[in-house]
Amino acid sequence: MSEPILTIRKLSAAFTRGAASPVAVTEDYLARIGALDSKVGAYLTVMRDEALAAAKAAEARYRAGTPRSPVDGAPLAIKDVFCTRGVRTTCGSKILETFVPPYDATIVERLRAAGAIILGKTNMDEFAMGSSTEHSAFQLTRNPWDLTRVPGGSSGGSAAAVAGGLAAGAFGTDTGGSVRQPAAFCGVVGLKPTYGRVSRYGLIAFASSLDHVAPLALDVVDSALLLAATAGHDPLDATSVPAPVPDYVAGLAGDVKGLKVGVPDEYFGAGLDPEIERAVRAAIDVLRDLGAAIERVSLPTTEYGVATYYIVAPAEASSNLARYDGVKYGLRVAGGKDLVDMVSRTRAAGFGAEVKRRIMLGTYALSTGYYDAYYGQAQKVRTLVRREFEAAFARVDLLAAPTTPGVAFRHGEKADPLAMYMNDVYTIPASMTGLPAISIPCGFNASGLPIGLQLIGRALDEPTLLRAAHAYEQATPWRERRPELT
Amino acid sequence: MSEHETVIGLEVHAQLATRGKMFCGCPTVFGAPPNSQTCPICLGMPGVLPVINRRAVEFAVRSALALGLRVNPACRFARKHYYYPDMPKNFQISQYEEPLAEDGALEIEVSGTSRRVGIQRLHLEEDVGKLVHEGAFAAAQASLVDYNRSGVPLMETVSRPELRSPEEAAAYLRAFRAVLVYLGVCDGNMEEGSLRCDANVSLRPRGGSELGTKVEIKNLNSFRNVQRALEYEVRRQSEELGAGRRIAQETRLFDADRGVTHSTRSKEYAHDYRYFPEPDLVPLELDPAWVESIRSALPELPRARRQRFVSQYGLPPYDAEILTQSRALAEYYEAAVRAHDNPKAISNWIMSELLRELGGDDEAAIGRAPIPPGHLAGLVRLIDEGTISGKIGKDVFARMLASGEDPATIVRREGLTQVADAGALEALVDHAIAANPKVVADFKAGKTAASRALVGQVMKASGGRANPGLVDRLVQEKLSRM
Repeated sequence: MSEPILTIRKLSAAFTRGAASPVAVTEDYLARIGALDSKVGAYLTVMRDEALAAAKAAEARYRAGTPRSPVDGAPLAIKDVFCTRGVRTTCGSKILETFVPPYDATIVERLRAAGAIILGKTNMDEFAMGSSTEHSAFQLTRNPWDLTRVPGGSSGGSAAAVAGGLAAGAFGTDTGGSVRQPAAFCGVVGLKPTYGRVSRYGLIAFASSLDHVAPLALDVVDSALLLAATAGHDPLDATSVPAPVPDYVAGLAGDVKGLKVGVPDEYFGAGLDPEIERAVRAAIDVLRDLGAAIERVSLPTTEYGVATYYIVAPAEASSNLARYDGVKYGLRVAGGKDLVDMVSRTRAAGFGAEVKRRIMLGTYALSTGYYDAYYGQAQKVRTLVRREFEAAFARVDLLAAPTTPGVAFRHGEKADPLAMYMNDVYTIPASMTGLPAISIPCGFNASGLPIGLQLIGRALDEPTLLRAAHAYEQATPWRERRPELT
Repeated sequence: MSEHETVIGLEVHAQLATRGKMFCGCPTVFGAPPNSQTCPICLGMPGVLPVINRRAVEFAVRSALALGLRVNPACRFARKHYYYPDMPKNFQISQYEEPLAEDGALEIEVSGTSRRVGIQRLHLEEDVGKLVHEGAFAAAQASLVDYNRSGVPLMETVSRPELRSPEEAAAYLRAFRAVLVYLGVCDGNMEEGSLRCDANVSLRPRGGSELGTKVEIKNLNSFRNVQRALEYEVRRQSEELGAGRRIAQETRLFDADRGVTHSTRSKEYAHDYRYFPEPDLVPLELDPAWVESIRSALPELPRARRQRFVSQYGLPPYDAEILTQSRALAEYYEAAVRAHDNPKAISNWIMSELLRELGGDDEAAIGRAPIPPGHLAGLVRLIDEGTISGKIGKDVFARMLASGEDPATIVRREGLTQVADAGALEALVDHAIAANPKVVADFKAGKTAASRALVGQVMKASGGRANPGLVDRLVQEKLSRM
């Protein structure tokens, strides 16, 4: 526990040199989790035995000089939305409290194949619906920078685990900002790749057309490593793209000279915390100083993003969550008078308020007579948003903007669902367009809470996105500051 | 004549004969132990995703082309929602606004006249599982679900409401089944549920153009039941209308035991399926070259084959109809004719003997046939060449059925060759003449037909092996010389 927190890259180098051992490092992490997670509440399930067994195997590979990948031996946390063979997978919901999948999600399988060590499953908003992790059916997760505040959500457990030194890296899912926003709140790097770049197989669906697998890491290099370990076509996911996977780490080497960076006016409007605006504008100045050409752009459909998202996502959710009926797995509330009664009682008891709210919203949006006005219209708006981004990317290589309008808020502060939804205003557009986006630390407010800079890139152009993020990160001191957890 | 006109449209669900399911690789064998042919995907477990079975798409395209439908360059899957435990996701992946193919027709024949019945659309979807209740449905304490069938590829074809009688509906289904079986895309087995039919039926004033209130009848699991159910339903609706009552839009089930339809009292029409495009699948774009390659590989269809059988083999239309009902039988027939060129005789043997023994004409029944087409051809050749008589031929056929041996071997071993030696037969003829003076007297008195009795005697005495033509000639010669 006295060890400084190392990035995956440094861990791997230390393992290779023999300066550190995967077993000892894993034991260290398990000890930190044992000592500190009662305060943070990042984990729902700790996989001690599996982790130690995997660490031993990793150690043997390093000793033999045959590590499988740059993430071999890296202790990671996985959001409880990903199915893990033989390990309870709750999705933060009572309805799946006892669910043990007989299969691994593709990314879990790929991480295991790469030698990564899975420390456990992290807390989340139920079915990934939320921006604070307060909608978990099981526990509260606290922001390691200020335990009275939320870590963001829905991947709050994963972000808090990385920020708090309870995992060397983590995976979450980003549907409307669920990785970028907690990354910003917790002062870590959150990378949402292009839609289809990473397989969704085994990711328990919230909104299929918006769900993205996304890594959380201490820095940009680690983000690239985690993406590299999981990206690529998967025959089990028809929406995964067959494009070859570039070498993300090698791509970090270049600079940003001549890169055109667009700054969308609409991301700096009313509702943006002035401290965040200052930090983000300062970050954009850094990019300019590094040689990027900064240009104002306009994305007028931004104001329709939240409304559109809250039609599409609940509509898909109402469908995806129909399978939880007590018939096949998970919770069943017996004693009903008939089948309909059993299903109703099970769903009434198994789902939390926010999930029910979204199922109702989505059911309504898809109903005969309302479909055209809601779902149909939302899809049209989505097309407009996509075209608008295409037009912007005809002129610039990247967009730079804040990740969130505010910093991490206090537990219970945003009880009004709409106030909570507005938190996603800057992250939703990249979700709806499927474009790659990253949130990286770009400073702290007066209270010492982290602020995130968001960069958005062209489809499948993660290399440019990561290169710019890396150049910015190298030019600034933010990643050196870590929360004090004792 | 009734003042009402019958309007019927059929929705046919065909299970495609692919090895794997529509969206996963699970096998689709009928009758396997419950839930033995399942995986997380067809069980709809959390986080799983569908992947389209290319073979199922190929079968659907093949069917669409054979039925003259326009194959859309791109189609989409959609989710259809309702809660029922036989459906693990509580939605079915189907196609809605953008089906695989549209606008075709099927030629049907009723009482010698043929007519084209429009087909509105053809689309792909996944089948659901099966509920098994402990005891009677109403009293069951528990129900079990078998998901073996869940995810099996189904092809739904919707006819236009252009069928005008229950008889036409049955003819449509029969012709439809023949096409699918010919194409090898469905085994056509209605008992096992490989082909299921729902009918929409309504009545309207004769000559009217607006459709009356339609009733949907489900559970039609045989050609006969389609016709019986519709006949009952047309009568029922006609009586209702005749009594001045209105027809309720509803779903009715056919009770095959009692021969009646009864209301399910379901509020099916009130269902809101909340269709929307399946977000886990990208739109299915069909490569035109692939579609063309499927078109060029289409087999000859039953109707064309029937016409060819009449023109090429000189068969009566009735024979051609029976022989082309199944592709397996038609191919059996043609193989036999290739081996021995006597099309009509081979047709007779198949229709009067072989089919009776096989008890069916589908691929499985023909596959089980103990007599290969070459053997049947050989039997007809032995008769045509005079080696055995037609009567002996039937005995040989029975032995072929039992042993699977070729006819020449049986004839040789059993010594069944016809006695065509005039010397050997002469003694038998003389004996018959000597033993039947009355017949001889009749013949001489001018009753020439009396000679037939003598021929019969000789045939009997030879154990059926005498060549009947030769015996007849010998009898005639001897009698006329007396």
